[in-house]
Amino acid sequence: MSDQPVVRIEKVTKVFPRGNVTALQDIELDIAPGEFVSLIGPSGCGKSTLLRVIGDLIEPTEGAVTVNGKTARAARSDHDYGIVFQDAVLFDWRTVSKNIAVPLELLGWSRDRRAKRVDEMLELVELSGFGDHHPWQLSGGMQQRVSIARALAFEPALLLMDEPFGALDEMTRERLNLELLSIWQQLGSTVVFVTHSISEAVFLSTRVVVMSPRPGRIAGVVPVDLAYPRTVETREDPRFFELVTQVRELLRKRGEHLLPEEEASLLEAAE
Amino acid sequence: MSVGTAGDKLVEWLPAIAVFVLGIALWEGAISAFHIQQFLLPRPTQIASTFWTGRHQLWPAGWYTFKEALGGFLVGSALGVLVATFVARFEALGTALIPVAVAASAIPIIAFAPIFNAWLNPLSPTSKMAIAAVLCFLPVLVNTLRGLQSASPRQIELMRSYAASEREIWRRVRVPTALPYLFTALKVASVLAMIGAIVGEYFGGAFTALGVLIRSDAQILDFTHAWAGILVASLLGLSLYFGVVIVERMVIRWAPESRGS
Repeated sequence: MSDQPVVRIEKVTKVFPRGNVTALQDIELDIAPGEFVSLIGPSGCGKSTLLRVIGDLIEPTEGAVTVNGKTARAARSDHDYGIVFQDAVLFDWRTVSKNIAVPLELLGWSRDRRAKRVDEMLELVELSGFGDHHPWQLSGGMQQRVSIARALAFEPALLLMDEPFGALDEMTRERLNLELLSIWQQLGSTVVFVTHSISEAVFLSTRVVVMSPRPGRIAGVVPVDLAYPRTVETREDPRFFELVTQVRELLRKRGEHLLPEEEASLLEAAE
Repeated sequence: MSVGTAGDKLVEWLPAIAVFVLGIALWEGAISAFHIQQFLLPRPTQIASTFWTGRHQLWPAGWYTFKEALGGFLVGSALGVLVATFVARFEALGTALIPVAVAASAIPIIAFAPIFNAWLNPLSPTSKMAIAAVLCFLPVLVNTLRGLQSASPRQIELMRSYAASEREIWRRVRVPTALPYLFTALKVASVLAMIGAIVGEYFGGAFTALGVLIRSDAQILDFTHAWAGILVASLLGLSLYFGVVIVERMVIRWAPESRGS
């Protein structure tokens, strides 16, 4: 099973020509089917860039990304990606149902098939009955659930999430963490999840990839051996704290090579 | 979700109606109180009665001018949308064209009215349509272009992740984003079109035209009749404006709070 990774990242380097910034350097990472991998690190460590390179929204300067044995470009053409951003990025002019249907329309699904799937997705994210609402009528947490439903509606091989809960309050965030895990387990999808929050990364993931800035590199990988399904109690498990500490140590160790103010911003960002 | 009943709408409009009625009453009262001469300012009641008694002349003249304004509005706005679309498709064109367009929009184009009359037959409606069209063109161009360029980068990124084609991104993201901008421009243009047609007629036109009528009324000091003509022009200008508003509400149904004025 793990012989054929869903994502294979080989020697990926990304240099932004403007300012000659090396956002990513020699990134190597394999992601197995059904994994939930978090990318964590301070601002400027390239975690969002890496996510976009995987999704073929940014081209790497060097190296290659393979998704299900195909190039990232081919994977994108084959609709292998579902993406969720920090903002829900909903279309104001569409109802909730029609927002979820956008990728299905692009795939050329029939009206009936779309309607059926949209209803299933609404149920999955517990928004049944809100299909005819407009995005502005929903709370931030509900909007993000619509966005997740849209990303999953066409069963993409890979779900890419860029700080999806970063703009939400702590309570909503923890609830959506649980919901996301339950969806992930139901669908068996593979997830790459960018976050600023150590506890969120440990709580959700099968593996936490810790990144460091300038140039963006992988500082270390922490496998998370907490059992699924994870619940509210998981957050109080001593092992949970050990793993959180392990991730924090990795972030801090990289901080030794930084200027004091950079370290401060790094740790602040990582909290 | 304030869809609102007819009653709510009435309450919403009540202050505006009250101000309007009060204004008319003050106008009427001031003329009696200060013995204002009729040629300076006729009474609203006189204007209203002339509006009715002069209907056989005024209303057809208004209709004639309205058709000029409408024609100019449609042609000018269509050209504005067309050029905006073209410019948005080819970015290089935009960088060359937009500064010129913005600079041109500062020119008081109405000053060209006599020249348009000279270029085109001053007695035909075409010359007035041309003035109205030129007045409508720039605001529609500039606003529509801004709308087409305002699409959220995230939304476009999302569409790319679904491997959507450029055409699909236009249809599903750029055009819907631009629509509120377009309608704002069309509302401005609807008012400008009527102004363009009437001012064009002030510089010469057929005797069946409202602008010509108002001007000749003023020359023979029949001010009440001129005011009634202005009333016709205002009502027609408003109807064009509200025509746009009605179309806007049919097209943009998604955000009641952004409808505003």
